[in-house]
Amino acid sequence: MALSSQRREELEALCQKFRIDLIRQLHAVQTGHPGGSLSVCEILTALYFEKANTNPASPRDPSRDRIILSKGHAAPMLYRVLGEKGFFPLDDFAKLRQYGCHLQGHPCSAHTPGVEIPSGPLGLGLSAGIGMALSLRLDRNPARVYVVLGDGELNEGGVWEAAMCAAKYKLDNLLAIVDYNHVQLDGTSDAIMPLGDLAAKWRAFGWETLPCDGHDISALCETIDAARKIKAKPSVIIAESVKGKGVPFMEGKNTWHGNPIGKEQFAEAMVALGGMA
Amino acid sequence: MKTQKTIREAYGEALIKYGKDDPRVVVMDADVSSSTKSGMFGAACPERFFNVGIAEANMTAMAAGFAAEGKIPFVNTFAVFLATTGSLAMRTFGGYAGLPMKFMGAYSGMSDAYDGATHHSIEDLSIMRAIPNVVTMVASDEVQTDWLVKNAIATDSPMYIRLSRDKMKPLYLENETFETGKGKVLRDGSDITIFACGMMCGIALDAAAILENDGVSARVVDMFTIKPLDRELVLRCARETRAIITAEEHNVIGGLGSAVAEVLAEANMQVPLVRIGIEDRFTETGAYGDLLAAHGLDAVSIAQKAMNAQLRA
Repeated sequence: MALSSQRREELEALCQKFRIDLIRQLHAVQTGHPGGSLSVCEILTALYFEKANTNPASPRDPSRDRIILSKGHAAPMLYRVLGEKGFFPLDDFAKLRQYGCHLQGHPCSAHTPGVEIPSGPLGLGLSAGIGMALSLRLDRNPARVYVVLGDGELNEGGVWEAAMCAAKYKLDNLLAIVDYNHVQLDGTSDAIMPLGDLAAKWRAFGWETLPCDGHDISALCETIDAARKIKAKPSVIIAESVKGKGVPFMEGKNTWHGNPIGKEQFAEAMVALGGMA
Repeated sequence: MKTQKTIREAYGEALIKYGKDDPRVVVMDADVSSSTKSGMFGAACPERFFNVGIAEANMTAMAAGFAAEGKIPFVNTFAVFLATTGSLAMRTFGGYAGLPMKFMGAYSGMSDAYDGATHHSIEDLSIMRAIPNVVTMVASDEVQTDWLVKNAIATDSPMYIRLSRDKMKPLYLENETFETGKGKVLRDGSDITIFACGMMCGIALDAAAILENDGVSARVVDMFTIKPLDRELVLRCARETRAIITAEEHNVIGGLGSAVAEVLAEANMQVPLVRIGIEDRFTETGAYGDLLAAHGLDAVSIAQKAMNAQLRA
């Protein structure tokens, strides 16, 4: 069922708030990954606030959907979302990446409630998701597994091992979402490692492959709905996105993969996002 | 008289024995299940057996997903590939997040003999021992292998367990008890101590018999838990005997020998130490017996080195 326009506006407002808080926080701690955190905002918001079943009061609730942020460097956006959902006090976000805070540089399940499994070394999350999906099936548990991947991450061979494997096991309780922002760290995907016809690749590996605008939250929700109807094969949503989305001087730039935000840049970003500096 | 099993057969049987009726146990393999004998479990419990093909990176990270869901995954392939390709998953998910994956390194040491150095595992203990929180153990006979599987299921830790393709000299009776982190004294002695693991336990016992003939009383210990090492036993043997020998089918760098050396050095124990193992060089193709002899891992060579150490004491 399509989002009502009111619900869409609510979710978009959440995304706006998340972007502002993200930039403010990354500027404050002078560390963290802005570009890929900004590009994944709508994807995570659609999952955590609309489409996935989560239980902040009981993070290990067996009926919860399992969400893996395989592109673990986007942890700041994950943490902001988890804090908003109430997995931990939102105040913790102010101590992101600081010594003694549970919010580690990359997500760790042993540190932070709401994180299902560690990520950070790219290329592992889809495999982990397969293990979860197979286990859920053994348990006859209807919960789903969502794995959010980066496009640079698709350079990793392990991802394609996992892709073959998910098709073998016909995992229709597994949904991958690729945050396709076309930029990695050293340059654009095209410059560093061209992905070619990405949709064709996934299809050839036996996945139902659905394109989507990664910043249109209504479209994301509808595409997730469509993917969930697919039987006997895994699905992947290729979400077209912009690295650094929302902050014009960051948009599309590999240099904003992991750079700290300077004082003037912060002010400029806040103006663009409509936040208070 | 009971016919002797290979360690891999003992392992396959133990998986069925302890895993068949425990719904938490899942077994994974990378297209070598007829070699590792995980395929025995696969035949008995097909719904909990996952052969993912020649994809160790995928397999080892999948195991993490299973473990996160409360399953106990036994992950199988040749030790050399499991410990290298699998080390990223073991550190990220096992060591770092405490997920209780059980990496079962098949064909360890040179037991894959004819396949040659690319298939021999001489660094696996070193790699796994250096990952925090990974309990690292070595199979030393059939009975102990059975216990290794039973214990692995009961232990809420990530684990690396070294198995073998081959038969090992029987060391234990069926009712033997074992404890993680405690070495087993196989033969008492007063002159020197040989700390051995895996195949080397039986060979060390043979060496001890040779030494006895030459008037040297050798204590032989099955130090099957490499980590956490039985520090107390090491120090006790260093006080009670006059030289320490370690013997492993592994590089002398980073395995049992290094673990023992660390304990002795930090405790300032003034006792000669000889690390017997692969001398930091690659192995080669050949019959298993020939390889062991070529690398000084036979009873005569061990007795010789032990004798020399004893003379230094």
